[in-house]
Amino acid sequence: MNYLDSFRDKKLVQGLARRIAELTKGRSKPLVFMEVCGTHTMAIYQYGLRSLLPPEVRLISGPGCPVCVTPNGYLDRAIALSRLPDLIIATFGDMLRVPGSSSSLMEERAMGADVRIVYSPLDAVQIAARNPGKRVVFLGVGFETTAPTIAGSILAAKVQRLKNYFVLASHKTMPEPMAILSADPELSVDGYICPAHVSAIIGANAYRFLCEEYRVPCVVTGFEPTDVMQGVEMLVRQALEGVSQVEIQYSRVVRWEGNAKAQSVLAEVFTPYDADWRGIGILPGSGLKIAEAYRAFDAELAIPVAVEELREHQGCQCGEILKGKITPFDCPLFGTVCTPESPVGACMVSSEGTCAAAFKYGI
Amino acid sequence: MCVGVPMQVISIEGDQAMTEVDGVKREASLMLLDQEVKLGDFVIVHAGFAISKLDEEDARETLALMREAYAPELMG
Repeated sequence: MNYLDSFRDKKLVQGLARRIAELTKGRSKPLVFMEVCGTHTMAIYQYGLRSLLPPEVRLISGPGCPVCVTPNGYLDRAIALSRLPDLIIATFGDMLRVPGSSSSLMEERAMGADVRIVYSPLDAVQIAARNPGKRVVFLGVGFETTAPTIAGSILAAKVQRLKNYFVLASHKTMPEPMAILSADPELSVDGYICPAHVSAIIGANAYRFLCEEYRVPCVVTGFEPTDVMQGVEMLVRQALEGVSQVEIQYSRVVRWEGNAKAQSVLAEVFTPYDADWRGIGILPGSGLKIAEAYRAFDAELAIPVAVEELREHQGCQCGEILKGKITPFDCPLFGTVCTPESPVGACMVSSEGTCAAAFKYGI
Repeated sequence: MCVGVPMQVISIEGDQAMTEVDGVKREASLMLLDQEVKLGDFVIVHAGFAISKLDEEDARETLALMREAYAPELMG
């Protein structure tokens, strides 16, 4: 128990909820705020925060789950790699059950593929050091929080002169899809609950263009229940005052300029490219791939493999859910054909996917 | 996936720190940090790396302001 637990204080959460209700009372049109981070999605469900908010405030989920926005083709390549002899796939646990076009890494593992879950990409580097006769491919999925840790693992592998450590990189950067969603007339987002730890890396200044070009309020918000409620309160105030600014609620961790060291490691190892987002499509400069100087670590270049033809899952609405246009309950597959035990789409697989959270907490 | 846990630094050796919260210990690399850390500091640990320092003074101030504004009954 430490003082940080006070950020879960029930009385504070209730006090904030009362203030939000007072501020928004009698509004004819609800204020719509979007979170774009899977950990926020989870926190909002886990602490039942929607039920504490008045009907005048609506929270919707955006493309904040990195596993969920990763297109099928990436999974298919990882699956094809896992079938190669003397190759170890190392991954965060979330990727294991995500269905590709016709299989998943879990199914491949059951059939004998060497797929290992690691806590840190540095663990994967260690696996490579201990298995010199095998190639180790780490599945580099994640936003700006995770990408520097993968970059760090590549630098560590370089220092150790490992020739058998590779990364299949599909990193994505957050501000670009937020710009696309801001401009979407069907959505009319009144404000963003900006990600906590992505912002610890990129800094709150990264959202300024959204306020300036799209007039959307942005509040960088922490993950504890009082953080989320205070972030919502700050967005409500901005919306009512008719201003659009970047504010930092999570000031105990996030700085305006972000983490310069992590940014320089990212810039050293990765280079921006036009990434494909499930449900959104290809967005210019919205992804990070391995830079030329580190191409020896790029699994896509270093380990050629035939990848099966892409097949999308019939009826799966993940794309619309990731854009915040529908909720899981609007999807005909939700809870019937598509369940956490037998997921059809990525949003049901990842623990922080919108469908998985909605299924688990049922609200 | 971007979940990061605030953990307290209990020892530092070069670029590696041992961190602890509620009795759980984790090693964390300090190579991504641009801030000085010392024993007793809280850092946000994500996937084996400290990605940011937690400003304790700021945290306490935020809590105090929130209590004052939203739950004055908690003010001691």
